[in-house]
Amino acid sequence: MSTAAAKSGQTAFGHILYVLKDNPVTLIAFFMFAVLIAMAVVGPSLVPYDPLASEAAVALQPPSWAHWFGTDSLGRDVFSRVIVATRLDLTISVAAVALSFVAGSVLGGLAGYYGGWLDAGLSRILDTIMAFPLFVLAMGIVAALGNSVENIIYATAIINLPFYARLVRAEVNTRREAGFALAAKLSGNRDLSVLALHIFPNALPPMMVQVSLNLGWAILNAAGLSFIGLGVRPPTAEWGIMVAEGANFIVSGEWWLALFPGLFLVIAVFTFNLLGDGLRDIVDPRRRT
Amino acid sequence: MAAAPLALPRLGFLRRGRPILMRIAQAIPVVVGVVIISFVLTRALPGDPAVYFAGPTADEKSIAEVRAKLGLDKPLPTQFAIYAQDLLKGDLGTSLTTGQPVMEDLARRLPASLELTLAALLLSCAIAVPLGVLAATRPGSWVDHLCRVLVTAGVSMPTFFTGILLIYIFYYLLGWAPSPLGRLDFIYFEPSRVTGFFLVDAVLAGDWETFFAALRQLALPACTLALFTLAPIARMTRAAMLSALSSDFVRTARAAGLTKRKVVYGYALKNALLPVVTTLGMVFSFTLGANVLVEKVFAWPGIGSYAVEALVASDYAAVQGFVLAMALLFVALNLVIDLLYAAIDPRIGFKAR
Amino acid sequence: MLAIDNLRIGFRTRNGHVEAVKGISLAVGSGETMGIVGESGSGKSVTAYALLRILDAGGRIEAGTCVYSGIDLAHAPERQMADVRGREISMIFQNPRAALNPIRKVGHQIEDVLVRHNRAGRNNARSKAIAAMEAVKIRDAAARYHAYPFELSGGMCQRIVIALALACDPRLLIADEPTTGLDITTQKAVMDLVAALIRERGMSSILITHDLGLAAQYCDKITVMKDGVVVETGDAVDVFARPQHAYTRRLVDATPREGATVRSLLPAEARGPDPAYTVRDTALLRVQNLEKTFAGKSGPVHAVKGISFRVRDGETLGLVGESGCGKSTTSAMVVRLADPTSGKILFDGEDIGAVPAKSFARDKRRGKIQMVFQDATDSLNPRHAAGRAIEEPLRRLTDLSARARRDRVAELADLVGLPLHLIDRFPHQLSGGQKARVGIARALGTDPRFLILDEPTAALDVSIQAVVLNLLADLRARLGISYLFVSHDLQVVRLLCDRVVVMRAGEIVEEGEADQVMHAPSHPYTAELIAAAPHPPTLKS
Repeated sequence: MSTAAAKSGQTAFGHILYVLKDNPVTLIAFFMFAVLIAMAVVGPSLVPYDPLASEAAVALQPPSWAHWFGTDSLGRDVFSRVIVATRLDLTISVAAVALSFVAGSVLGGLAGYYGGWLDAGLSRILDTIMAFPLFVLAMGIVAALGNSVENIIYATAIINLPFYARLVRAEVNTRREAGFALAAKLSGNRDLSVLALHIFPNALPPMMVQVSLNLGWAILNAAGLSFIGLGVRPPTAEWGIMVAEGANFIVSGEWWLALFPGLFLVIAVFTFNLLGDGLRDIVDPRRRT
Repeated sequence: MAAAPLALPRLGFLRRGRPILMRIAQAIPVVVGVVIISFVLTRALPGDPAVYFAGPTADEKSIAEVRAKLGLDKPLPTQFAIYAQDLLKGDLGTSLTTGQPVMEDLARRLPASLELTLAALLLSCAIAVPLGVLAATRPGSWVDHLCRVLVTAGVSMPTFFTGILLIYIFYYLLGWAPSPLGRLDFIYFEPSRVTGFFLVDAVLAGDWETFFAALRQLALPACTLALFTLAPIARMTRAAMLSALSSDFVRTARAAGLTKRKVVYGYALKNALLPVVTTLGMVFSFTLGANVLVEKVFAWPGIGSYAVEALVASDYAAVQGFVLAMALLFVALNLVIDLLYAAIDPRIGFKAR
Repeated sequence: MLAIDNLRIGFRTRNGHVEAVKGISLAVGSGETMGIVGESGSGKSVTAYALLRILDAGGRIEAGTCVYSGIDLAHAPERQMADVRGREISMIFQNPRAALNPIRKVGHQIEDVLVRHNRAGRNNARSKAIAAMEAVKIRDAAARYHAYPFELSGGMCQRIVIALALACDPRLLIADEPTTGLDITTQKAVMDLVAALIRERGMSSILITHDLGLAAQYCDKITVMKDGVVVETGDAVDVFARPQHAYTRRLVDATPREGATVRSLLPAEARGPDPAYTVRDTALLRVQNLEKTFAGKSGPVHAVKGISFRVRDGETLGLVGESGCGKSTTSAMVVRLADPTSGKILFDGEDIGAVPAKSFARDKRRGKIQMVFQDATDSLNPRHAAGRAIEEPLRRLTDLSARARRDRVAELADLVGLPLHLIDRFPHQLSGGQKARVGIARALGTDPRFLILDEPTAALDVSIQAVVLNLLADLRARLGISYLFVSHDLQVVRLLCDRVVVMRAGEIVEEGEADQVMHAPSHPYTAELIAAAPHPPTLKS
């Protein structure tokens, strides 16, 4: 067993390396992902200025050596704020995606495996969620539950839930009657362990792709909500709210206020999307040798 | 399997008419679900919903009035009955900020949102579908690479950020676009209202000057929204086209000597459009959501900016009315998509769930 | 009429350049039917696609010529090729339903071809299309003209594909595995139709198939391919009766045929005496009035309508029928994966049918009844190595320690002839035959007394099928297990079985000793099945 596991790790790792060599874009995406994580972890302790400290004397200065990304209307350092915001934005999206991943896996797995009224009921609920334009539903949920960061996370998790639940449901459903699932039953596995130990692990690769693509979307969603004044409140540093603040100055030409936080937002989403595409290549069985 | 019943030509519509009616009937539980969720959202307010609906400046008396109006002292089923009854009468409550019934506010501002959304969708479909087809028929060519870049960039750009960039470039730097404030510059008069779509109304009135002024205002927000919706459509078209081109029936068609044009456009594209039409549902969902952000950026007087203003003012009746209106609009759009799908896919009558 | 000379076809793949066809030469004369036979990966289909220049992306003709009445198909300009396809040379495919445009009426698809090759104008296209459909013996063609492929059966779809291919009276027809996926009786009808049309119109044709019986029956000449090379070509009778090449001889040997024993499928040097086994006269399994009804969309579907049979201790019973006859449902109930609607399943005298399938996983008799699945690839968890797959029943159903389990896995691998170094490999790293061995080893782990073999060789090439059938025969002799062998192929079933049960539409139509059923069937349906199966060639030494 241990040798088999070691071998599997080795071959899987070998395969990943092989695909990465084949696809430098994915390699770059992995690198950018590492940089983002590093920014979120150590960024706040490395930035040159206090992200909340205002200094009226240097308000609205364009980028310079002292302030790489310029300063905002209160004289706060845009660079420091952009870096510090990484942690909050990533936390919101990771927490939301994790919640919907877990809930979606459990619900979708059970519905896909057992079918029947469970499946019908879940499908109805998911259909109803999907009957709302998702961003609008998130607005409604945050407005109803109250304007806080936690509620942004819950709202984002709820609107992401159908994607996971449906994906897992479909993946489990197509494998429910697969030979290896039947063989697992003949080997003495109960239904739940067939589902959890044999079928679900095979649904993981497409799930990981979905997670990666969804992380980008969750960031967009959270930033969009704070852009219209929901969730995160000033003076907290967050990319969406910084773009919103900068938007007021764009018509008078102070471009750096909106550009830099927006750019970081784009980079983060772009990274997750590239990563998702790359993961798709890695897990696609047709690309396996 | 034995041969399925023969398809008699003239009965074709009747045969498929039933599933279409079925599909319309299926929308009913969804609408009920939407109403239930929006009801739950109004009652899930932390604290006393009456206080929220009465607004921050309300006194004891008006709070009590709201409480009685919403039936908040009664059991939940009764409250739901009151809620549903009000909905049927078209009563979504009164907006605190405008002092008008929410229903009227929404109805007045809806055409602005629809004009923007439809213009953006037409624009993005007109670009994305040909782009996806070209990319799929010429894999590895510059069109393919362009498609890939646009698709990846498109899904990574937040609409509000794209909008701001476009304003900076085309309004501040180049001066080509009018100031990003609303549907029409104040020096023009609004065309007399027929459809509520300024472009259509201006044409109906024969007022070409207003038409072009409205078009200039519309250009930037529509492009912003189109850039966002372009990505999923192009991506799906390319993928569906690739899979159709590698399918067995395309090989049969090639082996039978059909021309390349017939194979690509007559056989492959028609099949590839089916999944694209299905994707449109998701695209609409994104578009209606992104619409809110674009309206805020361009001060577009649609229902999205109305909701944003209401959110800032804690105007709950208006926000909930907006959410419900958007959901119903989306359900209707999905119905149209499904009917469209049934019209182009002959199998639908058999596959109906 | 067609002369292929030194044709080489290569594919660009992620693993570099792969040569699929390595310089083959063959000739098809006027009015001649050439059969190209070979196992999977022999390059036979690729050759056909190359003739019409419809290779998949990445494929390229690298050298050689294919001269068809003065035109070199390998180098002709695309314009000229477009006129050749469908008018001079056309092709019919396997999986007919997928070969038709799913959202276009079949009549219109035939019209497209007619109009393209100027065989019909706008006013007469429809009548010509209907005539083309009538030519392939489609009854009520005028009504079927409006049908979509999904409204037609597989056999009917294949007729449409044939009508489409023959609409413009081509002079050469290429048939690529035209009957794969069709039931035996439909298969015969389709092949007889194609053969009759070819004869009537005096066409030449190329039949690509893995089935020697089919090739022997319908072809004048045979070309045998292996790994992109022609190993032998010649007169159909000669090639199979007096094969010159060892590979051809092995193929002929491995094809189950009249009078063959399971050992005679193997190459001569590997044959031993037929393994002997004993059948006791006690019933190990007794199925009584077994019934299964599903809830269908339009009322209940009676999949199995009250069948009874028994399997004696040590015996092998064949369960034969075409798709949809209820044989798979029956085996699923017997192996306790599905619950019967009514009836008894007595195993060793106890009614295991009374234990719900859901809780049978923990039943003490679970290990005693096991199954070998139809598709070895599908039946192995892609994320588990071979050893883990074999070990799984030991972990769940026995008390063996980890060390004991490891020893047992090695013992089982040895038993089924799986080299020990392969047990750390994942399914996608194993060949079809190796995966079949893993599946068998897994089923044997808990010392079952009864094994259900659900078409265990259906997805395998004939030479590997021969090896697996012999392995099953050896195991039976060594371990004294009883088998229920489920298959659609009477010739294969006969090799292993003592008795045979024939099912149709949920009922047993015939039951008897294997030889008796084969030679003197009492039910007309059985006789039809036997007659429809192609008769493979036999060696004359």
